[in-house]
Order: sequence, then structure tokens, then C-alpha cells
Amino acid sequence: MTEQEVDPRFPDPGDTPVGEVPGPDAEPELPTRPGILRSILRRRSTVVAAVFILLLIVVALAAPLLAPYDPTEQDLLIRLQGPSGAHWLGTDDYGRDALSRLIYGSRVSLWAGLQATGVALILGLPLGVLAGFYGRWLNVLLTRIMDAMMSTPSLVLAITIVAVLGGGITNAMLAIGLVMTPRFFRVARAGTMDVRHETYIEASIALGCSTWRTAVRHILPNVLPPIVLVISVSLGTAVSAEASLSFLGLGVVEPTPSWGSMLKTASSNMSLAPYLVWPPGIMIFLTVLAFTYLGDGVRRALTRSRSGRQD
Amino acid sequence: MLRYAGRRLLAAIPLLFVVPLLVFILIDRAPGDQAVVLAGENPTPERIASIREQLGLDDPLIVRYFDWVVHAIRGDLGTSLLSDQRVIDLLLRRMATTMSLVLVAMVMAVLVGAVLAILSAMRPGGFFDRFINWAASVAIAIPAFWFGLVLASLFAVTYQIFPPFGYQPMSEGFGTWLSYLVLPGIALGLLPAAEVALQLRSALGQVLKTDYVLNAEAKGLSRPTIVMKHGLKNAAIPVITVLGFRVAEVLAGSVTIEIVYNMPGLGQLAVDSVQNRDIPVLLGFVLFSTIVVVLVNLLVDISYGYFNPKVRS
Repeated sequence: MTEQEVDPRFPDPGDTPVGEVPGPDAEPELPTRPGILRSILRRRSTVVAAVFILLLIVVALAAPLLAPYDPTEQDLLIRLQGPSGAHWLGTDDYGRDALSRLIYGSRVSLWAGLQATGVALILGLPLGVLAGFYGRWLNVLLTRIMDAMMSTPSLVLAITIVAVLGGGITNAMLAIGLVMTPRFFRVARAGTMDVRHETYIEASIALGCSTWRTAVRHILPNVLPPIVLVISVSLGTAVSAEASLSFLGLGVVEPTPSWGSMLKTASSNMSLAPYLVWPPGIMIFLTVLAFTYLGDGVRRALTRSRSGRQD
Repeated sequence: MLRYAGRRLLAAIPLLFVVPLLVFILIDRAPGDQAVVLAGENPTPERIASIREQLGLDDPLIVRYFDWVVHAIRGDLGTSLLSDQRVIDLLLRRMATTMSLVLVAMVMAVLVGAVLAILSAMRPGGFFDRFINWAASVAIAIPAFWFGLVLASLFAVTYQIFPPFGYQPMSEGFGTWLSYLVLPGIALGLLPAAEVALQLRSALGQVLKTDYVLNAEAKGLSRPTIVMKHGLKNAAIPVITVLGFRVAEVLAGSVTIEIVYNMPGLGQLAVDSVQNRDIPVLLGFVLFSTIVVVLVNLLVDISYGYFNPKVRS
């Protein structure tokens, strides 16, 4: 298992890296939304990004099977050894296998991304729809709060929250989630305000639909396409933020491996083991890039399918 | 114009009070007795009592907050729990390092970003244009602190072109000062440079479609003259806004870059204060960051009003 196998093997026309995902010519699997999947799969960059993220999820789930060594097992006799047949990516300052730590690190990164994005989504989406739907003082109040949060440097806010709540990955991700909440709020609010005075919304209210039903059945579908993009970009931001916080020693607790804490190790052993710098950074970079491309592809597809619909 | 600037300033001031209040509320809600946590391992009752006294933990939240605000307005941000130094002195001493880093990064970002955007706009849709567009969108995904590590590893450790770590003030000579800031400046400036390149290129694209540019072309002006004289001036405005928003993020990014390059700046102070739960220092850092962001946003707003009189009303 090398770095290259985690890699999506970027565009290789002879190879079909699509795997189980149906190719562009396959029948669409979602009969209610014909064409969305086809539309998503039409862009090669989106497919490559999706395959990379799928591979990453598989690696994270199967980490105990894939990792050649225990990621926390120390062997001081083989400290800071360069890449070799036994340790493909070398060993760190405690003699731990860098490849195994990289593989296990994907768990922390993905889980951290999900946590932070989940927090931001759960807070930002309902508040945004509420502010856009209800309007008046609630809209003004919530918008002011979110603007204030947005103009505070995100890492500073996250550092403050970690300082107060204590370190550890869950607190760190709660912090990042809070910092990202205004993004979801803004998009949800704007989407809601766009359709707030459409005839079908007024009709739904006039027909006696409850506010809840109107919001969930009629407003939410309009807000979702841009939210999908925000989710994807936020997953990337969160992976990057977790790495920053863990690098600063404010994220994961040693000896748990994370890409950020691996870079911390690499930073303090730079002259003796320059090879340690590359793999975790490349993984963070590719993961952030993949989430960005995936989000962009899905957004394009959703916008296209919506505008193409007759109703 | 002055009245407009004043109004913007008044609207921005509440933020200076709200952000520290949030920190106070967070500290108040944090689990455990703060005094015991702060006193470290095996604390004596006297130590706990003195921290209690110093932080005024026996007073209600609102009293503590107003006490802090009143002192802060007079320039007194309390003393560090760790070093017993005045917080304001700590901040001022380290400010020069962080500001130098942010300055070099932003200057580099504007220069590199602008040059790339202008070169791209010379031949829209050409190879260089498409390449820069692609490279800039990819560069945005690179974590700044990792880029800093890679640069340090390559150009300071392996090939010793630049001094590896630390910082020298400008009093040691401009060249020395700059040599310590080149690598961290590039690392921190990569993201804003990519954004300036993308934004300015897209703004130039819009401007170059207008009638007066067509007119200039008809007059027989060369492409470089059109881009530089007619395009750049009008395309610069949206880019200023983007830069303004970026300053907050660059300031935040300087925290990790300072750690990578072991620079004695505000970021290192902040991380130390978090690790030691040195609340007065942390509050000082938060206040300082908020002031910078508020000031920059204000400048952006004012520049908006200056360029576009319609905004003023």
C-alpha cells in the first residue's frame, strides 16, 4: 500500500477508475431526478474527485487492515529512518511507521470534517431559513450576529474556543463548526428570501400548510443546491483547519495520528527527516481539492437539472 | 465623505465590545473552576486565591466584563498569569514581527497576483491565461503552513539560501530583515496571491468588454496600453474589497506560519496563552485582532465610498 494507491491516479485515459460508480453511459439510477447522476459524471474532474474521496473513505474504514504497523507502536531503535522496504514512508522521531500513521490519520481528518460541517449545517441551515422566511427583527438580529462572526478571523475564534473548552478533536471541530456557521446561514437565508414571495409559497400558506411544512416541502428544495456546494467546500475547509489546529498542538491528543500532528513532528525534525514533510501535506491538499471539485461538479449538475425541468 | 467615514466607524465599534464579551461568556460557561485550572499542578490555596482575586472570579460575569472594558479603554489589559508582564507590553513588543510578516505577504500577493492577472489578460483564452486560471484555483487548496514547511525544508535546510528560522528587526538592516521574511511571506502570501490573480483577471475581463476599451482599440492603442491604462484602474476596485476581507484570514494564517518559522510574533503568543490558559493575554490578542479587522473593514468601506459615491447615502 503506497501513497500512489491512495492517490486517485489522476487522469489516465486508458484506465477506467470509475469502479462501482456507473459510467457516463449507464442508466440513471435515480428515476425521480433523471439526469443528475449522469450530469455529475459527465465532468471528468468531478469523477476523479469523487473516486478520490471514495477511496479515502475506504482507506479510513479499512485502516486496521491496510496499515502495515500499529500507528502508535514505538521503536526507538529505528527513529527517523528514511523510506525503505520495511517502512515505505520512513519512520518518525519515535520510530513509528509514517505510512500507518498517514492511513490512520485519514480517519481523524474525515471524521473531523464531518463533525465540523455537521455542526455548521445543523446551526446555519435552519437559522438561515428562519431568518429569510420570518424576516423582520429576527432577520436583522441573526444577520448582525453572523456578520460579527464572519468578520472575526476564523482561526482566532477557533483558538479562543479551544482555549476555553480545552483541546481535543471534538472541541476543536465544534469551534471550526461554529466558525463556518455563517456561510450556511447566508446561503440558506438568501435562498429563502429568493423564493419567499413566489406564488407557490404564498399558495402553500393560503392553503393552510403549516409553516414547518411550507419550509420543509417548498423552501428547502430551493435552498439545497447552493448548500451542497457549501457543504463540500466546508468539508475541505474543516480538514484543513483540523490540520492547522493539530499542527499547533490544539487538536488531536498525542499519540493519535492526524495529518496535522504528523506535520508537527515533521516540523521539529526537518533537518534529519525532510521526507516526513511531504505525505501528510499532499494528502491534505488533495483532499481539500477533491472536496472543492466535487462540490462544484454537483452544484453545476443540480443547477442544470433544475433549470432544465419543465415544472 | 468625512461624515460617511464617521458613520461607518460608529457602526463598527460595537464589534470591539461584543467579541470580548463572547469570550467572557465562554470562559464563564467553561467546565471546572477556572482558578484551579489556571493554577496548574499541585496548586497552593494561596495561588488559587490570588488567581481568583486577579481575575475577579468571585464577581458576577457582567461586573468582570465592565471592569475589563474600563481598564482596556485606559490601555490597561491586565498582566499575564504566566510571566507577570503587562499584556499591553507583550502585545506591542510582538506586534512588529507579525505586522512585518503580514505586510511582506500582502505586498507579495498584490505584486505577484497583479502581474499574473495582467499577463493573462493580454491574451484572453490563451495558454498562459488558462494555465494561470487553473494554477490559481489549485493553489487555493494548498494549506499555507504546509507550504511554509516545504519552503523551509527546501530553501533553508537543504539548500541554505535563506536563514531558516527566527526573525530580525528592521534595525538590523533592511536586507537582514527581509531575508528572514521572504520564505514565510511567500507561504502566507500564496493564497491571497491566487485570489488577487483570479479576481483581477475576472474584473479585467469585464472591463475589457466595455465600449471605451473597444474605442481605445479602434484608436489603435496597443494591447498593453489598453490593459494598463484603461483596464487596471477600473478593475482594481473589486480587488481592494477582496484584499480587505483577506487581511483577517492572513492575520489568522500568520499564527501557524509564525510557529513554522519560530518567529516571536503575536501568533506564538496566542498559542502559548492557549496552552497555558493565560486568559488576560488571550483576551488581549482577541481584542487586538478584532481592532485590526475592524480597521481594515473600515478602510475597505471608505474606499468603496470614495470610488463609488452612490454608496455614501
